[in-house]
Amino acid sequence: MEFQAKELFAKHGVPGTPGIVANTPEEAKAAAEKLGVCVVKAQVKAGGRGKAGGVKLAKTPDEAFEHATNILGMEIKGLTVNRVLIAPAASIEEEYYFSFLLDRANRRYLCIASVEGGVEIEEVAKTNPDAVKQIPIDPGTGVDEAKAREIVAEAAFPEALTEQAVQTVLALWAVFVEEDATLVEVNPLARLAGDKLEALDGKVSLDENAEFRHPEHAEFEDKAAADPLEAKAKEKGLNYVKLDGSVGIIGNGAGLVMSTLDVVAYAGEAHGGVKPANFLDIGGGASAQVMADGLDVILNDQQVKSVFVNVFGGITSCDAVANGIVGALDILGDEASKPLVVRLDGNNVEEGRRILNEKNHPLVTLVDTMDGAADKAAELANA
Amino acid sequence: MSIFLNKDSKVIVQGITGGEGTKHTALMLKAGTQVVGGVNARKAGTTVSHVDASGATVELPVFASVKEAMAETGADVSVAFVPPAFTKDDVIEAIDAEIGLLVIITEGVPVQDSAEFWAYAQGKQTRIIGPNCPGIITPGEALAGITPATIAGKGPVGLVSKSGTLTYQMMFELRDYGFSTAIGIGGDPIIGTTHIDALAAFEADPETKAIVMIGEIGGDAEEKAAAYIQEHVTKPVVGYVAGFTAPEGKTMGHAGAIVADGAGTAQGKKEALEAAGVKVGKTPSETAELMREILKNL
Repeated sequence: MEFQAKELFAKHGVPGTPGIVANTPEEAKAAAEKLGVCVVKAQVKAGGRGKAGGVKLAKTPDEAFEHATNILGMEIKGLTVNRVLIAPAASIEEEYYFSFLLDRANRRYLCIASVEGGVEIEEVAKTNPDAVKQIPIDPGTGVDEAKAREIVAEAAFPEALTEQAVQTVLALWAVFVEEDATLVEVNPLARLAGDKLEALDGKVSLDENAEFRHPEHAEFEDKAAADPLEAKAKEKGLNYVKLDGSVGIIGNGAGLVMSTLDVVAYAGEAHGGVKPANFLDIGGGASAQVMADGLDVILNDQQVKSVFVNVFGGITSCDAVANGIVGALDILGDEASKPLVVRLDGNNVEEGRRILNEKNHPLVTLVDTMDGAADKAAELANA
Repeated sequence: MSIFLNKDSKVIVQGITGGEGTKHTALMLKAGTQVVGGVNARKAGTTVSHVDASGATVELPVFASVKEAMAETGADVSVAFVPPAFTKDDVIEAIDAEIGLLVIITEGVPVQDSAEFWAYAQGKQTRIIGPNCPGIITPGEALAGITPATIAGKGPVGLVSKSGTLTYQMMFELRDYGFSTAIGIGGDPIIGTTHIDALAAFEADPETKAIVMIGEIGGDAEEKAAAYIQEHVTKPVVGYVAGFTAPEGKTMGHAGAIVADGAGTAQGKKEALEAAGVKVGKTPSETAELMREILKNL
């Protein structure tokens, strides 16, 4: 969110005014009393906040109170606004665009800069592609002062701003590398009255894989906005994404689980259009506890009518998975109330199937193939 | 023949004394791989005890560095099972030692670390596979990674995939034919060996008669591969893409599997592959069936 991006900007010396975060209209008013004429800005992880009516100018503290009252609780692109940022109003003369990002296609970084900012950069790229400069950055050498000067010259920022721009570029580069970001974006980067360069709005995407060296990033997580089932799964260390359908999915390995979602959606076409309810990858080691945690999350999804457990025993053997399922059903007891279709293949599959057949749990159906099991799970969800 | 890995490959394991390193060293030996030693600076000079494919006990030496391990054993392949925090340094060490092939199994490597070691590897001797991948197997000859060696045997199919478990699933589906080499290139945003690198190698490998290419949502690797196939690959290619039902903006497990602003969708990848003359299956089983049709008529 903007206020979090601005915290990171401030930490690394990017010029700008962080503003004050307010959770209530009263707090907004108090902030406006400190700042004077200000802008009340909805804080959600989405673009187009201005168009949605989530950004308003307040000339007085009372106006700030009124705008905050309207904006708090508003929905923008499906996200509820729980906070506003009160930022001092600025007298903007020109607006630019600037970002550093990961360029995965070319396995390096990219700087994108434009003297036409303040609007969506994708639009500028369409209407005036020459105004959008793309400067590749070698991850081995990064951005030093010479490279920053090259970027500023290429971007064609006004000469009066050159020195400020170079320092800003270096500060934004510090945000990118020191925070392990995959995107650092400033839009607009604005020229204010008196040739002052400031980051008025920004966005930072952080690399989850790098969390181990940034424990402080945990505070940026928006727990309030997350789906409650996703929050519960995350708490248990599960890789879960909530979707809209009625067939719960558990599998091992991201690729196989994505494929399982597709196969269920195809099978669902013959069963009233039922769709997968979630993505859940329990990874390599499917212990009873992990299986129980996964089933617990999925069975608590009110939309789920049936569950498809699709496991290819590679490193994990199928007997361990079967024991995991049996153990999970024991742990859950009466809470397990929806039919489970299980498909096991691979390492030690005979033993795995034997364990499930022997247990003969009334909720469990064992099917030999992935396609057959998807069909059965879809049929049960449509019953 | 095969690609990148064969019965003569001499393999060392970076992180051979760790939990994963120990487990998979045993499995690689069991698959017939010549594992000749490992690296762990803190345990240099010791040995680890394992059992090879013939059932004989072997004492594998632990070295202080990749360079030393190569000098002492003649190793030309390294498989890295090291924690994410140490991966970048260990990869750079292997590149400096000029190892021919480096397979990085480690999951969760920060993408800026991958970007840095990839930049460092340019113009050097080391082919990198991964990170976050199952590695490479030439059935009946050698395994450098974690792919179960018992799924399928030797055969005419070359397989390249981003995903580990989909690699296993497809090997299982086509176990009646078998594989020249199966390679899992990994699902991270930045990886070493790409679909295109594997396609080029399979095209040049006389033992590979047909190729299965498995992709998934995110990035533009499949679209690039499609263009490459059209220009350079004469062998039949069958494709599969996972993630048709994935929503925009959500990461589906693999750090690279994210659809942003409509780019990198499964539908777009399927269309690109089909436009290049690649038959694309809707499911793994249908993909295997398409491949069987081709193999029958070869």
